[in-house]
Amino acid sequence: MAKKNWFLLAILGLGGVAVVAIPPFLGGYFQHVLILIMMWITMATAWNLLGGYCGQVSFGHAVFFGLGAYGGGLLYLHWDISPWWGMIVGPLLAVIIGIPIGLITFRLRGAYFALAMLALGETFRIVFTNWESVTAGAVGIITSRTWGAEKLPYYYIALAIAALSIYVAYYLIRSKYGYYFVSIREDQDAAEGLGIPTTRYKLYALIPSAFFTGLAGAVFMNYIAYIEPHLVFNLSAISIMMILAVMLGGAGSLWGPVLGAAIYTILSEALRAAIGPISYLVFPIIACLIIMFLPDGILGDWDKIKRVFSRKKPVHVGGE
Amino acid sequence: MTLFGQTLITGLLIGGIYAVIAIGMTLIMGVMKIINLVHGALMMVAMYICLVLFKSFGLHPYIGMIPAMVVLFLIGYFLQKYSIERVFGVETILPESQVLLTLAMALAITEIVRLIFTSDYQSTYTPFSSKCFYLGGMSISVPYLVSFGIAMAFVAALHIFLTRTDLGRSVVATAQDRDAATYMGVDAKRITNFTFGLGTALAAAGGALLLPIFYLFPDVWHPYLAKCFIITILGGMGSTVGALSGGLVLGIAETFGATYWSPGYRDVVGFIIFVLVLLFLPGGLKKVIGR
Repeated sequence: MAKKNWFLLAILGLGGVAVVAIPPFLGGYFQHVLILIMMWITMATAWNLLGGYCGQVSFGHAVFFGLGAYGGGLLYLHWDISPWWGMIVGPLLAVIIGIPIGLITFRLRGAYFALAMLALGETFRIVFTNWESVTAGAVGIITSRTWGAEKLPYYYIALAIAALSIYVAYYLIRSKYGYYFVSIREDQDAAEGLGIPTTRYKLYALIPSAFFTGLAGAVFMNYIAYIEPHLVFNLSAISIMMILAVMLGGAGSLWGPVLGAAIYTILSEALRAAIGPISYLVFPIIACLIIMFLPDGILGDWDKIKRVFSRKKPVHVGGE
Repeated sequence: MTLFGQTLITGLLIGGIYAVIAIGMTLIMGVMKIINLVHGALMMVAMYICLVLFKSFGLHPYIGMIPAMVVLFLIGYFLQKYSIERVFGVETILPESQVLLTLAMALAITEIVRLIFTSDYQSTYTPFSSKCFYLGGMSISVPYLVSFGIAMAFVAALHIFLTRTDLGRSVVATAQDRDAATYMGVDAKRITNFTFGLGTALAAAGGALLLPIFYLFPDVWHPYLAKCFIITILGGMGSTVGALSGGLVLGIAETFGATYWSPGYRDVVGFIIFVLVLLFLPGGLKKVIGR
């Protein structure tokens, strides 16, 4: 056991050194892909806290992403304050608006919660599109990039945030909170019966989840330097893809979302380069196959995958 | 006063069409107890079938809806039998995997349609598309009125089917209590497949009724799917009367929101109703009506 722990630590350490040391030697495009990977790792890890551990499958996390992005954007638009302050204001805005959202929607269960979040996500998109005096509407907000075409600083910021989100998730799920979250996911009534204040603990899962999703949104805002409601409050490109990235890797595990987010980003970039617009068709089909054949994700169904491959037959596993 | 009456009539007419699509959804949700996000995309497929029939054979969408309904019944039946059935009741970490499966299917279907027909906006212009008559200063559009009439005929026919025939009663029984229905000799699996097909066919009918009024593009289904949910939650799962009243209420509320608030917030009205009903009237109108 101790030997295995050392092995894992060594891999983690090597990986850590690699993600810090290698990117300066890569081309701009690969740096861009790495930034996207780090952003999606943050978002998938954040979603996993609420969805994977606490069992509250949210179809509307784009709300927090969009608020995180718009926090800095609105500061810049109205008061000409540097959008970097959005790295603080954005996530806080996401949390402040997330708490009443949670208090309302956590009274609902299962699929109804998912639907209510979906409705809220769409509501925010419509409101931000139409409330032109405050949000500039569909025109969006354009800022200027601090470092111009240089991508490396953004990469290290995104990397630090991804690492922080994984650390917070690791810390939370090893503490009492993590066990409470899982008990709510497995049986809410039993958890309530054991004296766990379920709504409050769902909120404890929502707050870090909204915070890190908002932080990823703020990074996106500063990196892309352009936001508009359909970009950041998007249902199919943000909310749904967060769920798919987590499901691909394995929900309810620490490294599942990391693996899923990395595979998702690389796959979407590679497919887009290889087959162009048809990649938008390939993605949902891959998602269907994952749900039908690997419902617990790559990490969750690892035994199933190994079993298929150990029979020396050319067997296709869901879409890979 | 004229504006008020005009808003009320337009809302009522459009609400009737919403009701047909939503009844399909409420049947599926009532029998399967899962949230079906592929409903809207299948409606869109039906609209494209009607469009092709109109463009190549000159069939009016009101006639083209019959072949479209048959095709969509089969699509729904086989989608349920070979795909959704597989994840029905499988133990997973995330309990909502079926919801996600239907959503992924919806996105895949949309992309397939987009590859075939491109994202261009299309419409069917029929001789009486722009006809309307006046009633005390309020204009009533003929295609709205005809679509509303056909929609009400469908609702009535479905109500008779569900309450008077053996098959219909089996559907209602399965929706009320799956296990009890199984003990009474109902083949619940077969009924589920049939219900999915029937619900999808109703969505096809609703889509065909919308075609002479609106335009068509592959993503057209998003707002209609949202409306279906709002109506299903508002009316109560598995209740035709609930879905009908929910559809009319939503149509009127939306139109009033668009007239007296702002057209841009039209869809927000529905979402507000949705969240309020989920919180304060969990059983929906079904509870209030007492059915």
